[in-house]
Amino acid sequence: MERRTFLNISSLAFGSMLVPVFGRAIAAEELLNPMPVAAKKILADTALNAATKAGASYCDVRIGRYLNQYVITRDLNVENVVNTESAGIGVRVVCNGAYGFAATNDMTPDGVAGAARQAVAIAKANAKLQSEPVQLAPVKGVGEVSWATPVKKDWRTVPIKEKAELLIAANKAGMESGANFMNSMLFQVNQQKYFASTDGSYIDQDLQRLWAPVTATAVDKATGKFRSRQGLSAPVGMGYEYLDGRKEDKIKAAGGVATLYTKSYDIVEDARAAGRDAKRKLTAKTVVPGKYDLMLSPEHLFLTIHESVGHPTELDRVLGYEANYAGTSFATLDKWQSKKFNYGSPLVNIVADKVTPGSLGNVGYDDEGVKCKRWDIIKDGILVNYQATRDQAHIIGEKESHGCSYADSWSNVQFQRMPNVSLQAGKKKLTPDEMVKDIKKGIYIVGDGSFSIDQQRYNFQFGGQLFYEINNGKIGQMLEDVAYQSNTQEFWNACTAICDERDWRMGGSFFDGKGQPPQISIVSHGSSTARFNGINVINTARKIG
Amino acid sequence: MTILTQEQTKRICDRVLSLSKADECSVTVGGSRQGNIRFARNAVSTAGLAEDTNIAVQVAFGKRQGVATINEFDDKSLEKVVRRAEDLARLAPENPEFMPAVAKQNYRASETFSKKTAAIDPEFRAQSAAYAIEACRKNKLVAAGFFSDSTSFTSVANSNGVYGHQDETGLDFTCTVRTEDGRGSGWVKRSATDAARFDPREAADVAIEKALRSVDAKALEPGRYTVILEPAATSELLGYMLGGFDARQTDEGRSFLSKKGGASRLGDKLFDSQVNIWADPWNPDVPVLPWDTQNLIARERMDIIKDGKVNALNYSQFWAKKKGVRPTATPGNIIMAGTDKTTADLIASTKKGILVTRTWYIRMVDPQSVLLTGLTRDGTFYIENGKIKYPIKNFRFNESPVTMLNNIEEIGKPVIIGGDEVPFQMSIPPMKVRDFNFTSLSDAV
Repeated sequence: MERRTFLNISSLAFGSMLVPVFGRAIAAEELLNPMPVAAKKILADTALNAATKAGASYCDVRIGRYLNQYVITRDLNVENVVNTESAGIGVRVVCNGAYGFAATNDMTPDGVAGAARQAVAIAKANAKLQSEPVQLAPVKGVGEVSWATPVKKDWRTVPIKEKAELLIAANKAGMESGANFMNSMLFQVNQQKYFASTDGSYIDQDLQRLWAPVTATAVDKATGKFRSRQGLSAPVGMGYEYLDGRKEDKIKAAGGVATLYTKSYDIVEDARAAGRDAKRKLTAKTVVPGKYDLMLSPEHLFLTIHESVGHPTELDRVLGYEANYAGTSFATLDKWQSKKFNYGSPLVNIVADKVTPGSLGNVGYDDEGVKCKRWDIIKDGILVNYQATRDQAHIIGEKESHGCSYADSWSNVQFQRMPNVSLQAGKKKLTPDEMVKDIKKGIYIVGDGSFSIDQQRYNFQFGGQLFYEINNGKIGQMLEDVAYQSNTQEFWNACTAICDERDWRMGGSFFDGKGQPPQISIVSHGSSTARFNGINVINTARKIG
Repeated sequence: MTILTQEQTKRICDRVLSLSKADECSVTVGGSRQGNIRFARNAVSTAGLAEDTNIAVQVAFGKRQGVATINEFDDKSLEKVVRRAEDLARLAPENPEFMPAVAKQNYRASETFSKKTAAIDPEFRAQSAAYAIEACRKNKLVAAGFFSDSTSFTSVANSNGVYGHQDETGLDFTCTVRTEDGRGSGWVKRSATDAARFDPREAADVAIEKALRSVDAKALEPGRYTVILEPAATSELLGYMLGGFDARQTDEGRSFLSKKGGASRLGDKLFDSQVNIWADPWNPDVPVLPWDTQNLIARERMDIIKDGKVNALNYSQFWAKKKGVRPTATPGNIIMAGTDKTTADLIASTKKGILVTRTWYIRMVDPQSVLLTGLTRDGTFYIENGKIKYPIKNFRFNESPVTMLNNIEEIGKPVIIGGDEVPFQMSIPPMKVRDFNFTSLSDAV
């Protein structure tokens, strides 16, 4: 059965969040000792040679050491500090035109060579059923190179005590301002990834990421009502400096309804606001369902971009490789080939990249040894490209891969995963406050909430964190029970205004699931505040019992 | 080395416990071998095998805890891992909610291991994919699917005399069959502990039939309909709801099981009287480990919903102590009582309704009412006068499983279904439910 290891973060405030834990708990002091590069090269060469000798026409080896630290707090208590490590080697081969993959945590020469031979044996078994031989776009070997996430403060060197005190201070602030319960967490990731292939590349990368989610919950026992407000931070490909909360990185939402954050995050300030907002939600006005002009902040819109543009333009979905799990896509090849498919209004320009500093997708090379870059997906509203790996590039007439290959662990095979996919800022000068002035009947949504979309990415429904009514150019009262339902193409064609680059910032997902066995990926999405006209809003309040 | 015997793991556990100088010590030794094959576009796309083993040691001095792990098994390494856990515990902050290691437990073994499943090799996996691929090629259909199997062991022990060892096996098979023009789609899922109970031909045939029958779907107006929900249509909804049967959340007032004035709905009749749901580690269809892997408390049969009443909530050790009740082991499976009626019987007794093969992308909209949204997928059909009349376009729903379990008209025969996004093995019947709330149409096939 699909048994996975989960860290159960049992609070309902987190939506019964189960965090997948790869690997095993380790001591914190182990985190700072990477395996020597020379030793990794010897192991990689052992696997490459064993695979080639067994008959592989291509082989790549990924030696991974994945280190995570989770600090979990509840109210004024530190509930858990978990350090996990997972180390091992994954070998992928092409033999007789088919893929084979094997992985082991036995990092001896015998263990590694055994995995390589196992991968070749699996490829040979699969070749019997193969109808489309694997065709890899060429990659020039880069020799021995390295790349690291640029960080100012390495989370591995910050004492646990300091991290725990920061989270407890945030929880205390939330409880003082109106929350009955607070949860906050700090997810910190370090991936030490070594890639080698028969193309002649030996790539050593050291990646860091961080996320600090907060949830404030307010309860009115007399009415039996409870409401939550989550933090407005973004997960980032940065070091601990993201938690510095610098003054210059704070901006006001339209109408001053919230403080928002750009390159660093003030968790204590946001937790205080979350406590106050959670309490206000208990008595907020329930929404009248109907058509509204929606004004969506980047803290919200990133998730709509992710689901309605990021996933449908994954080429493996378009081709049917994900048909059994994540699904296929409405953005079929004929629509792309026509060069006329109006994905969105002419204002909509969507770019993919793995090079934006501070983003979750930012790496030097992908998990096939391809150097990362930036390219257009939607230009002036028209679908112009997809996201592709080496074995897909030829299908869309590309001479090289887009660099979209990723595996979440040494023990899982790499496949096509989403790069950063972002809505470009509007070209005309426009601030969120100026955008409000032009809206007669609208709703301003800040922060991401519930999300669901069909398997071909047509029909979606999104909630949010903060909802404010907009009446005749002015922001009015806080609303509750809001969700909007739309169709991807109709929605993006209803985009009538996008704020300029001063308002552009990224949100992101730390746990994006895809594939079988399921793999988790990380991805950022940037945008400025954008307006969508005449979108259907439903009221989600229900009574039970 | 991946799969250790009980004798080997017992020696490791005893050695670790004897080395510890802490107030208490717990040890877990585990390992697994997981194989899979994935196919799409009528060809194998990826296949693999992954092996891993580890030892985790948790110690405590007073209310300070430390955890360390290692994947080497010699005496020197065992000593190292114990000392490292002890060093970490000395540095850790005191946890005001710390609970001591559980007293000696009686773990009655459950039948979680099958030799036939443990013997699965790459050829077996390739054959499981081959039938669907070949049958689809012949019928001008396109198959995509995934077969995975795992063999694993777990040993647990603590300084209070707790000891348990058990081997587990399992397999899951899912297959989506689509017509070449993309106008029809069918799906099937099969899960088993014992490979002898898995027939890839029978499974693929179900998906093929649904794909062929779902072509040229008509659009019905969204609204409230009588639905026949196959087990894959309700398993995730039930999983979401039962994941919230937590005493602490309820007592704190932040659960759908909390009531006005601060009381809990424990004991209230919240569902139709036909609803009986329980957990049972020894159930032969969905056996699970006889202990909770987090707190090592022995699992027992737990009647969660009895004759429509909320019968039991999960109590963590901390909350149980605070409330003066026994702590519970978190269930590993969900079993819902049914009848002998087949899905076909439920269809035959339906005047007007909709048959739903499965639901997908389910998310919580409002935890206050457990309002969930999601969509139907891979086989949605209109029923009239006891017969499937024609395929219909997929719907988005906004519905609470609490409401769904109140509106039950008829229940069928349970089938085994592994959890997708929820961590339960399940045995769930098809159900006929009135007034199920579809809120919009989807163009997705």
